[in-house]
Amino acid sequence: MSVAKPGDDARARTDRVFRVLLPIAVLALGGIAWHLVVRIGKIPPYLLPGPALVLSTLVSDWAVLSASLAVTLTTTLEAFLLAAIGGVGLAVLFNQSRLIEYSLYPYAVILQVTPIVAIAPLLLIYLEPQAAVLACAWIVAFFPVLANTTLGLNSIDHNLVDLFRLYGATRRQVLWELKLPAALPYILGGLKIAGGLSLIGAVVAEIAAGSAGAGSGLAYRIVESGYRLNIPRMFAALLLLSVAGIVIFFALALLSHLLLRRWHESAIVREV
Amino acid sequence: MRLGGPAAAGCASLVVGRNQIRYKTPVEPPTSEYRNASDRNHPSRAGAPIVALDRVGKTFANGVVALEGFSLDVRPGEFVALLGPSGCGKSTALRIIAGLSEPTSGTIAWSREQGAGASGARHIGFVFQEPTLMPWATVAANVRLPLKLMGLEPDAPGRVDAALARVGLAGFAASYPRELSGGMKMRTSIARALVTEPELLLMDEPFAALDEITRFRLNNDLLALWQSLHKTVVFVTHSVFESVYLAQRIVVMTPRPGRVFTELAIDVAHPRDERFRTSAEYAAYSRRVSEALADASGSVQVP
Repeated sequence: MSVAKPGDDARARTDRVFRVLLPIAVLALGGIAWHLVVRIGKIPPYLLPGPALVLSTLVSDWAVLSASLAVTLTTTLEAFLLAAIGGVGLAVLFNQSRLIEYSLYPYAVILQVTPIVAIAPLLLIYLEPQAAVLACAWIVAFFPVLANTTLGLNSIDHNLVDLFRLYGATRRQVLWELKLPAALPYILGGLKIAGGLSLIGAVVAEIAAGSAGAGSGLAYRIVESGYRLNIPRMFAALLLLSVAGIVIFFALALLSHLLLRRWHESAIVREV
Repeated sequence: MRLGGPAAAGCASLVVGRNQIRYKTPVEPPTSEYRNASDRNHPSRAGAPIVALDRVGKTFANGVVALEGFSLDVRPGEFVALLGPSGCGKSTALRIIAGLSEPTSGTIAWSREQGAGASGARHIGFVFQEPTLMPWATVAANVRLPLKLMGLEPDAPGRVDAALARVGLAGFAASYPRELSGGMKMRTSIARALVTEPELLLMDEPFAALDEITRFRLNNDLLALWQSLHKTVVFVTHSVFESVYLAQRIVVMTPRPGRVFTELAIDVAHPRDERFRTSAEYAAYSRRVSEALADASGSVQVP
């Protein structure tokens, strides 16, 4: 590769420092502004708690909140895994059999376009609350995996397909040696979307389940705290949800980077 | 279908090479493929075609007639170029030879040695216009692919190394395709085609996308490989100059629907090198081939 000049190196380092420092600076400024607005406006905590109060609530209510976080994260993780297996599996099935694709794809789309908040109450009638919540999260999360994997499996270099045919490759070899590796960047893209959506699905379902549900997830805590005008706890729960979403996003971005860094354009840092 | 003196001599020496190979491999029982070969392709005859296309036609589902009455004998050890304008069906002809496309009319007869193996895959190497490498696999893994698909994995390490060394990529086994230049990607593609040691190498405008300097170098390397390995090469190109430089025999095709307009022997002994490119002989051949190509294009207007 090209010879790195010292100037380029320094610029790259400055760039990296800015990428980390600037969002932190914005966070700090936002927190200070929030604090000042509450302090100067003398806003009571049951309307808008200051950042310090939210953090101290997070600590004091940690026992309740962490238990709820565990419940929501478990649902999210289960929904994500089922979405990954179901989405990739269904896409592979569609790819292997056109008839199955024609039969089932429209229903996958219908499942996706029907608002999940509208389906959740129905599911709660027929399923155990915990299972209903999981089903909701799965319905929301699986479609992007299915759609992306399908796109990936259909975007294969035709010459490579010919090459496999030339050497008498079996269907199995074409699937494992050609189609799935070629679709991997698309699958990972779908999983990245599905990670965030599993959390959203879990939260929406918990809210729809409300007091009828198991009543222990973070979303339920938010609803419950709202009823009790415990606004600091609402904020604390919300903060935990955001952090969970961020962690999921970065975990999947890291997975994608590790799997693609050697060969895929998306993971390559271009030297200018 | 005449054949010039030097070319015929080349063929004879190659038959010896094939006999040597045949001693090493056990004689296969006659397969059903054998019956497909017509009498004129009797394998015992020296210079009998490896593959013979007889009045092959190809009409695509959308009604486009790509090939019509296309006949071609490919003889063992020869370097034959299919030359024609874009869209004349020369790639289609190559794909039909490779078994990637079925002719809609006419027949293809293979010599006995080239009958389909147990896996149903013919012993052919194919080089596409693009390098057509798997970007997620290393150079070595890309070259190993044909062996893997054909169930020859146990012999792979030595063969892969040998194939890479032949194309001058010995040190690049662990590289990924994106780390290679266009010429090196094409070399990888050629190594992959050679790794199964096929008798017949089919090349579909392999160097068309490369810059001229790289193309010249790969032309020379390809000729050296052809001479040292005694392969039969069918080389599709739309370049008059490339076909004159490389081939012993140029088959000039008409525009769509493609058929053979004429054949020209390039009676210049191999090895050919860069001096040939600037010789009067080369210029004269290039002119003759260009004229034939122009006549082939003109011939379509007159029914």
